[in-house]
Amino acid sequence: MAASSERSPPPFPDSEEPELLEDSDEEADAFTGTSISEMDSPSPDSTRPPKDIFNEPPEDIFSDPLSNINSEPQKKVDAKIPSPSSDEAVDLFSDPLDDDSEVMSSPEVQNPMPDLLNEPVEAPKSDSSSKSSSVKKAASAEMFGDDDDEEDLFKEPPKVVTKKPQPSGPPVDVFTEVKSDVKVKPQVKDDPTDLFAEEALTAPAPKPSSGSSSSRTNGVHSEEQDLFSEATVELSLDSPCNDRKNKEAVKPSVSAPAAPVASSSSKAPSKSLEELEEEESEDKFDLNISITNPEKVGDGMNAYMAYKVSTQTSLTMFRSKTFTVRRRFSDFLGLFEKLSEKHSQNGYLIPPPPEKSILGMTKVKVGKEDPSSAEFVERRRAALERYLQRVVSHPSLLQDPDVREFLEKEELPRAVSTQALSGAGFLKMLNKATDAVSKMTIKMNEQDVWFDEKIQDVENEEQHLRKLHVMVESLVNHRKELSGNTAVFAKSVAMLGSSEDNTALSRALSQLAEVEDRIEQLHQEQASNDFFTFSELLADYIRLLGAVRGCFDQRMKAWQRWQDAENMLQKKREAEAKLLWANKPDKLQQAKDEITEWEAKVTQYEREFERISATVRKEVIRFDKEKARDFNRQVIKYLESLLHSQQQLIKYWDAFLPEAKAIV
Amino acid sequence: MQLLVHSVSVDLNNDASLVIDIPDALCERDKVKFTVHTKTTLSSFQKPEYSVQRQHEDFIWLHDTIVETEEYAGLIIPPAPPKPDFEGPREKMHKLGEGESSMTKEEYAKMKQELEKTVQVHEVFLQRLSSHPMFRKDRNFQIFLEYDQDLTVRRKNAKEMFGGFFKNMVKSADEVLISGVKEVDEFFEQEKNFLLDYSSKIKDATAKAEKMTRSHKNVADDYNHISGALNNTAADNNTAFKKHLEKCAEVFEKLRKVEDRMASDQELKLTELLRYYTRDIQAAKDLLYRRARALADYENSNKALDKARLKGKDVAQAEENQKQCLQKFDKLSESGKKELTSFKARRVVAFRKNLIEMTELEIKHAKNSVSLLQGSIEILKSN
Repeated sequence: MAASSERSPPPFPDSEEPELLEDSDEEADAFTGTSISEMDSPSPDSTRPPKDIFNEPPEDIFSDPLSNINSEPQKKVDAKIPSPSSDEAVDLFSDPLDDDSEVMSSPEVQNPMPDLLNEPVEAPKSDSSSKSSSVKKAASAEMFGDDDDEEDLFKEPPKVVTKKPQPSGPPVDVFTEVKSDVKVKPQVKDDPTDLFAEEALTAPAPKPSSGSSSSRTNGVHSEEQDLFSEATVELSLDSPCNDRKNKEAVKPSVSAPAAPVASSSSKAPSKSLEELEEEESEDKFDLNISITNPEKVGDGMNAYMAYKVSTQTSLTMFRSKTFTVRRRFSDFLGLFEKLSEKHSQNGYLIPPPPEKSILGMTKVKVGKEDPSSAEFVERRRAALERYLQRVVSHPSLLQDPDVREFLEKEELPRAVSTQALSGAGFLKMLNKATDAVSKMTIKMNEQDVWFDEKIQDVENEEQHLRKLHVMVESLVNHRKELSGNTAVFAKSVAMLGSSEDNTALSRALSQLAEVEDRIEQLHQEQASNDFFTFSELLADYIRLLGAVRGCFDQRMKAWQRWQDAENMLQKKREAEAKLLWANKPDKLQQAKDEITEWEAKVTQYEREFERISATVRKEVIRFDKEKARDFNRQVIKYLESLLHSQQQLIKYWDAFLPEAKAIV
Repeated sequence: MQLLVHSVSVDLNNDASLVIDIPDALCERDKVKFTVHTKTTLSSFQKPEYSVQRQHEDFIWLHDTIVETEEYAGLIIPPAPPKPDFEGPREKMHKLGEGESSMTKEEYAKMKQELEKTVQVHEVFLQRLSSHPMFRKDRNFQIFLEYDQDLTVRRKNAKEMFGGFFKNMVKSADEVLISGVKEVDEFFEQEKNFLLDYSSKIKDATAKAEKMTRSHKNVADDYNHISGALNNTAADNNTAFKKHLEKCAEVFEKLRKVEDRMASDQELKLTELLRYYTRDIQAAKDLLYRRARALADYENSNKALDKARLKGKDVAQAEENQKQCLQKFDKLSESGKKELTSFKARRVVAFRKNLIEMTELEIKHAKNSVSLLQGSIEILKSN
């Protein structure tokens, strides 16, 4: 497998770059830029530097593959290939060449490349095609199980190569130098995601290839999501300004193959997903969720609040355009739990739901119709609404069947064990995660400057927002106090007016009392705006920043696992060396097997780490963008509420002025 | 710390023959020195213009001597200015070595505002005296204005302070007694009821207004803190978000200024007015008390005369006493009636003036807020 991967690389990178050039200048720049940086990186011996470089832009092309080869094959290739049942190792190495397996098992895994890569250089066309064919075999087999597609696949790479004989030069160089190149290939092979991402990029150029790509994607079901998201990842990571353009440029190519997908395999979600992606890139997002009609169900301590969740959408992934379900608070927590279970280990930012409040809910249960319990219900309703809106505005989470079910399905199975997530428990969980992160940060020598800075930034920002939140809470309280004191003053002035024996002054004072009464109302409304528009926004983002830290934590965990595997591999090798020295051939084979096994794990975990890093990064960038937009929107809304207050004030005092002047 | 104070005098005096103002005040350690400036054409003064330094205690001395003058019993004696109350800022200043520069801008502004209020209320006291046909001729008042050295007024010692307090207790006990005295004059009966009622109402309104303006200032302070917290957040941010945060911080900073002015103008125009008239009504009640005292004296002298006549002893002396009491009472009633009537007019004028000014300021500030907010919203929207 390793061998196949090494050889096939030339065609793919080649094909991408030139085509991108045709496509749009920006993209081309972005990519050629990266390839240059690859070449520049003078670190043929070490694996690390190249990786870092690649972290920046085209993750899919270079870094993902690393892990693809090793991780995916296990799960997918093995499982799907109908042929022999086997461990990954067998699959990987039996298919292609013997050299490879040797290379892999040999302790100097680091340096085998040069040899392998030499081949493509010498015979770019024939070799690459044949090699890639072996690659493809695996891929096609795992994905479709039928061989027809293979041919398509094979046609495409050679063609590209022949078309662009010159570009093939540089990539080869790149690969001979960089170790990670070896792994670049496999991506094409095993990971449908990456395949598609690349295909999407290449699509516009040769017709047949785009056709084949689409047919290939047919087989991919669960991965489709990733396909798209990753396609955007690599672009969005480039640079913020190019981002948008890139996305748009890519879009057509993505949707082109998509049409056949829909028609051939009739995968509804995939289609809507593209729509969604497109829409999102255009900033249109046709999914409105509102939560209304909080209603108490039942009596006593078993009572709960049920909320009407209404969805309005034109997305075809839903059965209808408008639908309504009733959900209770624990359902929302349940949704969060399900989403966390499934997605948090991938580095997704799962919006956290509002915390459980035993005190608030008890008041509601007891059924006192006091203003504080009404406020509690409204506060929760609004928080749940914002929570759901955040969930569905996440392109990947929207695709989750549980989210759709939550929005659409009439009856939802009772969420259990949400108790653990309630209030303090939830916070504890977050804190625990935070502690773990800080402990690991000490150990982890952060190689990625972006993450290094971002982790610090997020921590600082969270602290600042906490302080700001305290200030805004104090504003809310003082404004409420002002409102109360104004009301009391209004009464007092009214009394004073009734005691005044000058008729005009008495009248003016009672008018003043009325003005103050109205102002009291204004303050009260403003206090509620302070709270709902400003304070709650901050509370949300403090929680969200906690979730962001959770993402960093997940990444750290992945890193930890990789490092542990690395250590284990080291131990196994030492054991092997001892056995060799002790001349115990009977145990040697087992040791070799173990080394192979751990090598695979290391590569797999490393790849997983790369992948989660890419995802987290993408998520954080998305989060930052959303946050800026959200803040701007809310602050404008808040200032508008202040503006309204002041305009009313002018009105009230203007009306009072003649009364004051009428005093004689 | 030298403070220039623009004279915001309630123009009680249309008469240019005696014009008094306090152009500035010097705040030193634990005392405030007021510069009292007098311009006069009255022949009783040696010079046409004086400028002397007086402390709060000198004002109190002047007030007390006037209260103790029997001749003025039938007059509403202008209430004494309250003791300057800015312990907080002063102590802080003390600690910082009196340097203006070491005070924050905010503290300085707050202290200045306090001092202005103090100056104003001391000035009003003198102007009330100067505008009154009787008080303006007062000997002690003239000394207060003319004497260019320290008055070295003896400060009250603890015993006297307690005595004052005790006197107050007796007075209010008397008040209860006196309110039981059957009123012979309908005008005073009405005035008494009005003043008793009004006094408690205005006291209450003052307390409530103070609370209201205090919480209003808290809101303004919160804006300030929010602005600071936003700036801190912006300082640690490297994304496009930074500019946005800075802009917000700026908006809140400006909002604070407007809100702060709103609160302090309300304080100055409304709360101060109510405070002043709480004291002034107390002064009017004191007049009623003195008259009622005279009435009681007269009634007692009547009884004494009856007794004397019955016993046929000391009749002439009792008659003389009764005559004097009646005279005193009549004099008090006459001038009291005049005083209370002018008090009413003065009160209405002052309320009118302050309410109009406050309303106009409220409108002005709200309009400033509106344009500030509209501008900010425009800028944020264009982002």
